[in-house]
Amino acid sequence: MWLRALSMTSAALLMASCNEGVLDPHGPVGKAERVILYDSTAIMLAVIIPVIVLTLAFAWWFRARNSQARYRPDWEFSGRIEMIVWSIPALVILFLGGIAWTGSHDLDPRVALEESKTPLDIEVISLDWRWLFIYPHEGIASLNRLVVPAGVPLRFRLTSTTVMNSFFVPQLGSQIYAMPNMVTRLNLEADQPGTFEGLSAQFSGDGFSDMRFDLVSTATEAFKDWVNATKTQGGVLDARTFEELAKPAKADGAQTYAEVSEGLFDSISIRSMAAVSPPRGQ
Amino acid sequence: MSATEQALATADSVPLSLRGPAPKRVVAGYGFWLFLLSDIVIFAALFAAYAVLSGESASGPTAADLFDKKHVLIETACLLASSVTCGFGSLAVLSGDRNSTYFWMSITFILGAAFLSLEVSEFSHMLSIGAGPSRSAFLSAFFTLVGTHGLHVTMGLCWLIVMLLQVATLGFQPMVSRRFFCFGLFWHALDIVWIGVFTIVYLGAHL
Amino acid sequence: MFGRLSWAAIPFDQPVVMIASGTVGFVIFCVLALVTVKGWWPCIWREWITSVDHKRIGVMYIFLALLMLVRGFSDAMLMRSQLALAAGQAQGYLPPEHYDQIFSAHGTIMIFFVAMPFVIGLMNFVLPLQLGVRDVAFPVLNSVSFWLSAAGVLLVNVSLVVGEFARTGWLAYPPLSEVAYSPGVGVDYYLWSLQISGLGTLLSGINLLTTILKLRAPGMGYRRMPIFCWTALASNLLIVASFPILTATFAMLLLDRYCGFHFFTNELGGNPMMYINLIWCWGHPEVYILILPAFGVFSEVVATFSGKPLFGRRSMVMATMVICVLSFLVWLHHFFTMGAGADVNAFFGIATMIIAVPTGVKIFNWLFTLYGGRIRFTVPVYWTIGFMVTFVIGGMTGVLMAIPPADFVLHNSLFLIAHFHNVAIGGVVFGVMAGISYWFPKAFGFTLNERLGKVVFWCWFFGFYLAFMPLYVLGLMGATRRMQHYSNMHWQPLMLVALVGALLILFGIALTVVQFAVSIRRRELNRDVTGDPWNGRTLEWSTPSPPPAWNFSLPPQVDRPDAFWAMKQQQGTVQDRNVKQTYETIQVPRNNPTGFYIAFFAVLLGFSLIWRIWWGAGLGLLGVIVVCLMQAWRTDGEIEVPAEKVAAFERLHGLKEGAV
Repeated sequence: MWLRALSMTSAALLMASCNEGVLDPHGPVGKAERVILYDSTAIMLAVIIPVIVLTLAFAWWFRARNSQARYRPDWEFSGRIEMIVWSIPALVILFLGGIAWTGSHDLDPRVALEESKTPLDIEVISLDWRWLFIYPHEGIASLNRLVVPAGVPLRFRLTSTTVMNSFFVPQLGSQIYAMPNMVTRLNLEADQPGTFEGLSAQFSGDGFSDMRFDLVSTATEAFKDWVNATKTQGGVLDARTFEELAKPAKADGAQTYAEVSEGLFDSISIRSMAAVSPPRGQ
Repeated sequence: MSATEQALATADSVPLSLRGPAPKRVVAGYGFWLFLLSDIVIFAALFAAYAVLSGESASGPTAADLFDKKHVLIETACLLASSVTCGFGSLAVLSGDRNSTYFWMSITFILGAAFLSLEVSEFSHMLSIGAGPSRSAFLSAFFTLVGTHGLHVTMGLCWLIVMLLQVATLGFQPMVSRRFFCFGLFWHALDIVWIGVFTIVYLGAHL
Repeated sequence: MFGRLSWAAIPFDQPVVMIASGTVGFVIFCVLALVTVKGWWPCIWREWITSVDHKRIGVMYIFLALLMLVRGFSDAMLMRSQLALAAGQAQGYLPPEHYDQIFSAHGTIMIFFVAMPFVIGLMNFVLPLQLGVRDVAFPVLNSVSFWLSAAGVLLVNVSLVVGEFARTGWLAYPPLSEVAYSPGVGVDYYLWSLQISGLGTLLSGINLLTTILKLRAPGMGYRRMPIFCWTALASNLLIVASFPILTATFAMLLLDRYCGFHFFTNELGGNPMMYINLIWCWGHPEVYILILPAFGVFSEVVATFSGKPLFGRRSMVMATMVICVLSFLVWLHHFFTMGAGADVNAFFGIATMIIAVPTGVKIFNWLFTLYGGRIRFTVPVYWTIGFMVTFVIGGMTGVLMAIPPADFVLHNSLFLIAHFHNVAIGGVVFGVMAGISYWFPKAFGFTLNERLGKVVFWCWFFGFYLAFMPLYVLGLMGATRRMQHYSNMHWQPLMLVALVGALLILFGIALTVVQFAVSIRRRELNRDVTGDPWNGRTLEWSTPSPPPAWNFSLPPQVDRPDAFWAMKQQQGTVQDRNVKQTYETIQVPRNNPTGFYIAFFAVLLGFSLIWRIWWGAGLGLLGVIVVCLMQAWRTDGEIEVPAEKVAAFERLHGLKEGAV
């Protein structure tokens, strides 16, 4: 009875998690990573479930009051068992190690997806406590809302103005740190239209919990329309307005910019931000 | 020690690991060695930081601009010589010769102090020309690595004074001898660390 | 005059904090008043505070850890209740400024001031007894180490009332922990309390390492050493090799914060990534420092209560030392997502998985020790079986995250939180609880109440699963760590389940206090008169409970592993040996207040540095130096216990079968 209740609860829990988040990917990166999660878990369960069962079985059978169990007070070594005991974990690790090697290379964030398609370049700057997305070729920017075309590889370059953050859209796959004075790279793709939650996965201070954004993937035509619409409304993002934007503030809705200074991202990523973003007061 | 322990300790055929608890001198020395190893790990972390940050001079003075080989050579000579005199001092301690101990250890002190004053003069010169530790990451790493070594030398000199006072007041008790042995280990280890500093920081700057 | 310290440092406007500190302060006052009224101070000073006896110091470490477990767990309850409430638009009752301090304090306290003292306390108490010697290598240093840890505890707790704690998480990553983004005293409290207690830990590591390697009973070569001593050896090797990295890294951050250096700042060439590398070079060995002694406890418990020697002893030792070495080669798996590149990530991922091999070997060896045994289901065995079932799940999720692409979606999520609590609670806590109930009779002369002990176990066991299995699921659903509130309402039911689990554990902790009280009251019923309540295998069980200050009246002669078991089998010869040996005068280290005084001045030094009260810092430093000098001139460090007194003691407590 207990066992059934337990298995039903765990099944329910697992199914609950299947409808959102990491186990419900909407992009090739996330899907590949889900396969790794499932396969590795399955292999390891094949070892640990018998171990758990055997532990309980041995403990039960060899309890002191069980006169049927054979007491072997001097049995402390068996070469054959030793060999099995070292081999089983070693084989599992050998296999998983292979997955780790190939997976690390295939899913390296810097590796471009789909060589045949032209990627969309997006520059990401993490502020205290908002996300700024610059589209360098389109010359526009968006705050706290990332609109992308579905089925197109996205090529991200990321940096931060102040402290470390981590750019993460669970339903698209891999996250990557955004760090001051350096540029990290990430490649993702949304294979269908939809809205996916994005967040920072590296604690960055008081406004951290609100540091969320929506990644909205649309059909290619709809994306072009959005770009054109954005170019007609919204302000200019240049060094001066950026300085204003970079002041510490909690996330407060989305915003777009019709015009972005060229090379803004590069200039932010290579120099100290102490001048631009004043230190936090007490 | 009990009769059995004593018997076991002296029996040559019995391996060291089976002779029971080691005598105090061995235990003290061994523990101090472990402490020295842990200290060297601290230096290892500081060396690693220096290695990572040595190129980050933030458009300020670089290693090649700042380090004077002759100055460092004299510093090194002082420190290495002090190790030699420390060695003679340790021999004096072992033979219980008070006057020799005072003599050699005083020279050790003087040479160590000379090293320190040369280092302090180097630091203050750098500070005066605006090449202080807050100027760049490279300078932070330099001052910390070399400064930590200098701090250790300072503590060693203080320790030496205390040890000489202990000899004056307590004589060459086993406890005092043990501590002198540990001091010797410390002083020589600082030499070894300095060789590392000299090579990586000062010689490395001119490569 | 008082640096940055002013009345504004006390949070009069925060009722939660004022009530909490007020209550704690009141309890402390009552305890001190009780002790004074009853006239217990001389006894406490003589028997505990100035004791350099490893058994007393071990007990004090564990007492300190239990106290801090309550503090750290209160933080946990605050976090769980906040997250159960703060779903959707709700903001909960703890604003980010407080919540950030709470989760930072929770992690810092649990690792540094609960887990470490628990493990060091057990090793302190048990090692000399298992090795068959009188005390550790440096008894006065042992006392210093303990009191330095206590100093760290005091500083961390003072931050609750005076000032604030760090708001950076338990590892204080820069640039967030630099002055620019953490201008208050919080990070300084964190850094100084850990530097002080870290020094204590390092000295303890040196002490215990020297003890294991240079102080063992005659005949006890390495292959005849108990398995707990082997795991303690590995753990202390890790302490001596890794804690200096922590000291150096924190020193660099302190220099950045106090003197304007640029190790990890955003300007002038600083490199925050270097901090992350250095801190995890310490951090990963740290978790093995915690788990290896727990593994040692399980080995001892399984062998004793199965009535069989440990299966595969040699491969257990080898596995332990392999884990020890490998733990230095895996640190990057804590930041796969920092962008090191595929080759580097893959190397560290594979190295991490390789550690799972010797760990798996250990599990199998315990399994086969159970096989063919005659298992008595005492409280330590409950914790052990609970561990074997629970730890493997945590190990599995760890190996899962060791695959870099898997980590890319799980890093810093609640899945990670669930994993490390899985191994920390299922491994370290369960191991310490097993160790405490196992060795309690040796320390105090009576066993703990078995029935209550089993209820405590079930509370922890079910409480753990209820509290953390939902977190695995939440992590997969995209929930990240350190969030103060969340918008996804689907997560709330799982948070509620986790809260229930935490409450169950809270009940277990409360019951532990009850268990101690009941056991103390009924101690005459549970007296351990033989010194060997469990039919043990190792030398500590050959002493009376509690052992005399000198542990062994005659040095045990060891010629094989499980020395005491062998002695019991050869009863006849032992008695003959007794007749031949005579008692001799024993040197016992004298009580020494050095440790306590050093810690006192260390607190003054630390507090002054935190608040930039330079004269206070100078005074503290001077105090430490003076105390050290006083100790340097102390020549009467030992008391002689004459042979007749030793003989009288042995007669009183009776030579039991198998005792030498």
